[in-house]
Amino acid sequence: MDAGAGEEQAPRCARGDTLNTRRIAPGWWFVAPALTLITVFFLGPVIAAVGLSFTDFDLYALADPSAARWVGFRNYTRVLHEPLFWQALRNTLYFALVGGPLTVAASLGAALLVNARGLRWKGTARAVFFAPFVTTLVAVAIVWRYLYHPKYGLLNWMLGHVGIHQIDWLGDPRWAMPAIILMATWKNFGYNMLICIAGLQNIPRELHEAAALDGASPFQRFRHITIPMLAPTLFFVVVVTMIGYLQLFTEPYVMTAGGPLRATTSLVLYMYEEGFRWWRLGVAAAIAFLLFILIVAFTIIQRRISPKAAV
Amino acid sequence: MALAVLCGSCARANGNDTELRVWAFGSEGEALAPIAREFERANPGIRVRVQAIPWTAAHEKLLTAYVGGALPDVAQLGNTWIPEFAALNALEPLDAYVARDTLLVPRSDYFPGVLATNVVDSVLYGVPWYVDTRVMFYRTDLLSKAGITSPPTTWAAWRDAMAKVKKVQPPGSYPALLPVNEWAQPVIFGMQAGAQLLSDHGTHGAFRDPKFRRGFEFYVSLFRDSLAPALANTQISNVFQEFAAGRTAMYITGPWNVGEFKKRLPVSLQNAWMTAPLPGPDSIGVSTAGGSSIVIMRGSAKKSAAWKFVTYMSDPMRQAKFYETTGDLPARRSAWETPKLANDPYLAAFRVQLGRVAPTPAVPEIELIVQLVAQAAERAVRGRQTIDEALESLDAEVDAVLEKRRWMLERGKSRPLVALGATP
Repeated sequence: MDAGAGEEQAPRCARGDTLNTRRIAPGWWFVAPALTLITVFFLGPVIAAVGLSFTDFDLYALADPSAARWVGFRNYTRVLHEPLFWQALRNTLYFALVGGPLTVAASLGAALLVNARGLRWKGTARAVFFAPFVTTLVAVAIVWRYLYHPKYGLLNWMLGHVGIHQIDWLGDPRWAMPAIILMATWKNFGYNMLICIAGLQNIPRELHEAAALDGASPFQRFRHITIPMLAPTLFFVVVVTMIGYLQLFTEPYVMTAGGPLRATTSLVLYMYEEGFRWWRLGVAAAIAFLLFILIVAFTIIQRRISPKAAV
Repeated sequence: MALAVLCGSCARANGNDTELRVWAFGSEGEALAPIAREFERANPGIRVRVQAIPWTAAHEKLLTAYVGGALPDVAQLGNTWIPEFAALNALEPLDAYVARDTLLVPRSDYFPGVLATNVVDSVLYGVPWYVDTRVMFYRTDLLSKAGITSPPTTWAAWRDAMAKVKKVQPPGSYPALLPVNEWAQPVIFGMQAGAQLLSDHGTHGAFRDPKFRRGFEFYVSLFRDSLAPALANTQISNVFQEFAAGRTAMYITGPWNVGEFKKRLPVSLQNAWMTAPLPGPDSIGVSTAGGSSIVIMRGSAKKSAAWKFVTYMSDPMRQAKFYETTGDLPARRSAWETPKLANDPYLAAFRVQLGRVAPTPAVPEIELIVQLVAQAAERAVRGRQTIDEALESLDAEVDAVLEKRRWMLERGKSRPLVALGATP
């Protein structure tokens, strides 16, 4: 503490903590640019959206803002009474609860494979697995639409060889969501794989060697060394994947436009339609906050059920 | 303005050129570029920058551009969108322009039902560019096998024809195909029976009206009597195959399928299909008045150049040529006199039908309302609700959608709809 400055200040300022505030100031200056950006581009819009969700902002209000009315919780009650909301919620949960674990399992499997000792071409394998993640989804969707084609698609051709005939992947309400899940898993597992590889490489080799000396089988080593040591990584991967998957949008948007029979309409797609197709921005904002609550709830549940060490 | 001139100069033109920004959608957007080049040659000093936007993104792009003040000078607009953009005050009223150039854009040369879709509150906001309506595509061989010599023109004759055709079809087939997720069919039957769809200047649903109920009942009865399958168009993997196999003999659809049928039906069947105007309650009935118009944006600073471009695209010969490149049906009746259009047997039905089209009410909410009609019709078809229950809940849903419009009218921010239901 700069004693001289403090003495000078003391007579003018009744309280001595003025100086402390000044001392904290440099820190604030360092974070100020980031805080300003967050306030302007994140906090501001979020607060505006909360406000919007309590109004009936729509096409008419777009032409003349005074045409927007305060409606309280009416948007929320309306959305909760809308069967399409519940269907979109079911679809989203279906996608997240089936696709999420599948993606994490695929990432872990690929990471173990790529990380295995004695494997050649590790770099190439990693690049190949990671490639789908960095490919534009629209390009991916075009290719996958061919793969899923009921008549000349590769997938049906292969299934035909094992005696399964003609699944209309994207046209049948029962198969459209599995088709989307399969594509999303393939597209996204590469990123999680990289994180898992990093986690695997952090496990000290000595542990495995010691266990092997004690006669532990490869599966026992996987079960009792790899999994517990990887738990924090896996927890991160699961949470991030779930948050991403609950916001499912692009895949159905480019592949099925939410159909057939609304079987692939996710919450975000439903919100997008309300907001940018019918231009009912108030309703869309309400859906956004319901989705936010859902994601927070999910993350809290995941924290609760994860082993203590992982969190 | 200064910025536009600046950009005009960077597009290797000289700095004094007027640059028109034009938006068009889908294949029309792509087909417009060569026409724009011709226009530039004919009008030195005006440069046209055409931006082709996919249909799926069109509506949203227009609205975001409106919010951001980045609308083009001229745009193609699906004619059901006109009331919406008129409500936003984004469109230039065109009555004065048309009155000045009656030779270039003569109102009487347009199909009246289609022209009416461009009028909101008695103000003209667009010039029809190409038109689109629904007619019946049918298997001539199956109909004659069933002893029907000419396509039916009344509901009673149609129903009778369906019953007869069903007997000569492969077992388990349905004579008609009316996909249950399409709004056009239930709306068409209602309008054929004389329904206005909305009442009180477009502020309330009028679907319990006996006229609409009559059309709706006819529609639902086709499914209940197994004359049409309760399938959505996503459930029908290949309509051309179904048609070729005789599992469908009559299909209500639009002009784009003329080219598709020519291309996709087997050669052996090419002489076994034809188009016919839609049957109505007592004689040929009305159909939808679809299509696209060309509009000038109110915010444009180059309206006289923009109008020049609109008149250029409205030329009947150019419209006939546009049909050859895109298959879009011309909005001007004189364009239909050219041999290509006049001699095509498949187009004759469209020409008759276009003289009998009815516009849907000119309210901004109409797109959502017709979707609700399709959903109510599907509930009735699938037996989840009776006809009266479906219509009652439809009216309630539509009234809820129009609540804001009622409030706006009371507030005096929007004038009542005079043009409502202005049928030819």
